[in-house]
Amino acid sequence: MAQLDSRIPKGELAGKWQRHKADIRLVNPSNKRKYEVIVVGAGLAGASASASLSELGYRVSCFVFHDSPRRAHSIAAQGGINAAKNYQNDGDSVHRLFYDTIKGGDYRSREANVHRLAEVSVNIIDQCVAQGVPFAREYGGLLANRSFGGAQVSRTFYARGQTGQQLLLGAYSALSREVASGGVKLHTQSEMLDLVVVGGHAKGIIVRDLVTGKVTCHAADAVILATGGYGNVFDLSTYARGSNATAIWRAYKRGACFANPCFTQIHPTCIPVSGEYQSKLTLMSESLRNDGRIWVPKRKEDRLKPPASIAEDDRDYYLERIYPSFGNLCPRDVASRAAKRVCDEGRGVGESGLGVYLDFADAIGRLGEAGVRERYGNLFDIYHEITNENAYKVPMRIFPAVHYTMGGLWVDYNLMSNVPGLFVLGEANFSDHGANRLGASALMQGLADGYFVIPYTIGDYLATQKPGSRPPADGAEFRQAEENVVGSTSRLLSVKGKRPVSHFHRRLGRILWQGCGMARNRAGLEQALREIPALREEFWADVNVPGSGDSLNQSLERAGRVADFLELGELMCRDALTREESCGCHFREEHQYPDGECKRDDSAFAHVAAWEFAGDGKAPVRNTEPLVYEAVKMSVRNYK
Amino acid sequence: MSTKTFSVTLRVWRQSGPGKPGKFVEYPATGVNPDMSFLEMLDVVNDELTAKGEEPIAFAHDCREGICGTCSLTIDGKPHGPHRGVASCQTYMRSYEEGDTIVVEPFRARPFPVLKDLITDRSAFDAIQQAGGFISVRTGAAPEANAVPVPKEAADLAMDAAQCIGCGACVAACKNASAMLFVAAKVSHLGLLPQGQPERDRRVLAMVSTMDTLGFGGCTNQYECSAACPKLISHDFIARMNRDYAKAIFRSAFKPVAAGGEGA
Repeated sequence: MAQLDSRIPKGELAGKWQRHKADIRLVNPSNKRKYEVIVVGAGLAGASASASLSELGYRVSCFVFHDSPRRAHSIAAQGGINAAKNYQNDGDSVHRLFYDTIKGGDYRSREANVHRLAEVSVNIIDQCVAQGVPFAREYGGLLANRSFGGAQVSRTFYARGQTGQQLLLGAYSALSREVASGGVKLHTQSEMLDLVVVGGHAKGIIVRDLVTGKVTCHAADAVILATGGYGNVFDLSTYARGSNATAIWRAYKRGACFANPCFTQIHPTCIPVSGEYQSKLTLMSESLRNDGRIWVPKRKEDRLKPPASIAEDDRDYYLERIYPSFGNLCPRDVASRAAKRVCDEGRGVGESGLGVYLDFADAIGRLGEAGVRERYGNLFDIYHEITNENAYKVPMRIFPAVHYTMGGLWVDYNLMSNVPGLFVLGEANFSDHGANRLGASALMQGLADGYFVIPYTIGDYLATQKPGSRPPADGAEFRQAEENVVGSTSRLLSVKGKRPVSHFHRRLGRILWQGCGMARNRAGLEQALREIPALREEFWADVNVPGSGDSLNQSLERAGRVADFLELGELMCRDALTREESCGCHFREEHQYPDGECKRDDSAFAHVAAWEFAGDGKAPVRNTEPLVYEAVKMSVRNYK
Repeated sequence: MSTKTFSVTLRVWRQSGPGKPGKFVEYPATGVNPDMSFLEMLDVVNDELTAKGEEPIAFAHDCREGICGTCSLTIDGKPHGPHRGVASCQTYMRSYEEGDTIVVEPFRARPFPVLKDLITDRSAFDAIQQAGGFISVRTGAAPEANAVPVPKEAADLAMDAAQCIGCGACVAACKNASAMLFVAAKVSHLGLLPQGQPERDRRVLAMVSTMDTLGFGGCTNQYECSAACPKLISHDFIARMNRDYAKAIFRSAFKPVAAGGEGA
């Protein structure tokens, strides 16, 4: 069994981080340059960590599978970033941001981590503004805010509908500066395919050059994974096509525990699926729920009528009806489930019946078309490109889609996994969002981890590692891992079956969406647990990966990622089956209140489930970390 | 939503590796749905090629929502295809009809060598960024965010420039393979903000000189760049950069330009 010590500092909640920073070990400035740190990923978490560690003097190697660090999928985040600045004078505070996040996560996140996140949120905004991030401003020249789901204050900072892009370009610019200074060595088009563990500590990675196919070994004193989430396990999602779980999955197979894998966020406002060929789902930012009103017809018969012909009295603004105090701004899991329910009742709109309206008629009446265009113009443009419909004239049609994963590798308060020397940041870890993430919190967490947590906490580990004690990159463990990578690559190429990789990915996605999607139950999960291993067997017998391993081969890249998804999908279902309660995104139909809300079981499941790999073909071990709430009382979430 | 499908012929650039000879190869694309994206159409063609035992067409893509800047197809001679203000991934098959022949090539420019088929190496853009596309601010050293007000007009104009997705369409569209729009966007974004002032001269000089060294051509004011830009970034920013450059050159003749990041 893995030892899970969360290492939460003792004492009063609000003072934990300050005291911890004062207590942990430091590495003296002249020793920092003797340490090599590997960072995998250059999204918000990876780029900010690489830049910040390099500024401190560590020697950083940053690996990305993209052709440039600026392409990481953080770039696609639209709506904004939360921070407890209280610039609106509307009663916001660190405590309130902390509390909203804990409650939004349905009391399944770690209290101390979330409080720290809320504390450093204010520093993030300062840092980004100093880097030249062009946040929206008021006429007086000060920063503007807007509202997001799950909060009753306006604390979201934004740069039109491209906040993630601007924050990532800020972190990328800081990274670029460190690359120029020689502090960071950048490896683009380089995919991590294994973690090297020496004497129980993470000491390196194995990398495949995606252009030449060359496999190389890289040693370091510590390894940081900032490789994002695993939502593409569903095939159809709002993730970029390249987003994958390979780095964290291979770390899992080297001993890192995988926490709460079944916690996946289904975002309520995405453009509905249009056909079999579909490769991705496009998000319409949650910020649209500030001014758009969500509705379906009251009667099934009306569902195919032109929306304008449906009288006001015949419309059901169901979120406003069910959740009058939060209305259209209730959290994502709640809004998604409500949309699923009205569609299950046969009231969904559009040909497929899998859609609800997001209507801007009222907002246009209030602000004028120009006013709406100023706030959301680029989103309306995206909607038009995809659907060929003008949302200024007809309501948008939206439906929930996979968007984020709250689960990820288990980390302690220092963001170190149970494998010493292996740190995990951003969406790739599990700690801050519990069973549901609030909007505009992913950007906040990625940058908090990279700019303001890891620069302190990594020193606490490195101070225990003698400078120069790093193992050589040609040691036995490296050779063995390298052979492992070369072996699995040639295995994929040698199947020479009949079906393309996409075939298996699509089928896996359907199994998971059915069995482990917005609503789960025992029978459905058990069925998925029978289907996934069978599909995996079929994959290894019948997949066709053309081309060779010694050149650019996109089929091979995807095959390796899908092979990992075929294992991870099973773990997700296992986790969902074991968690006999409903919480946040994890809605077990067996566990609900009469009004259809989540029924948690705090006596049995107020814990993190951290799964430990036990060997291929063996059942993984379920470790638990109890969630002890010192400052907040666990209660039933209420957005009514 | 239409479900009537149609067929087109693709003429696609195939090239096995860097420096290798390439050629156009024709492929039929059948059962094309007008609601498919251009890249989804290529996905389907690739699955058919795989089933036939042929190597699929390599093309760069990632977010498929027009923001990451990875996709980079020249479609019928136009970088990112027929429509203004969208990337290749946001081009939909409803723009085509039964029987059309569509020519698909990589972005063509000497500083962007072809890696395979439709994929090019655009790392030159990263090199330009590293030369000076930043404000030197150490993590943790930033003042309170509202301490320096920024006029809304300046912030909005900076954002117009900052929208650049770094795709390189501007270079591919220019007969000189000039990267002026790309560099101007970054120089203007940072130069319009008070935070960007201390390094303003140094930034423009370093970025322009790196751009020249990497083999990008000069601007001859035809503005094909902004016409091809998926974010419709205005060529006015090029004029703004030229002014910044002239001022920086003038000032640097009298005093040394303030140092920014190390090593540049």
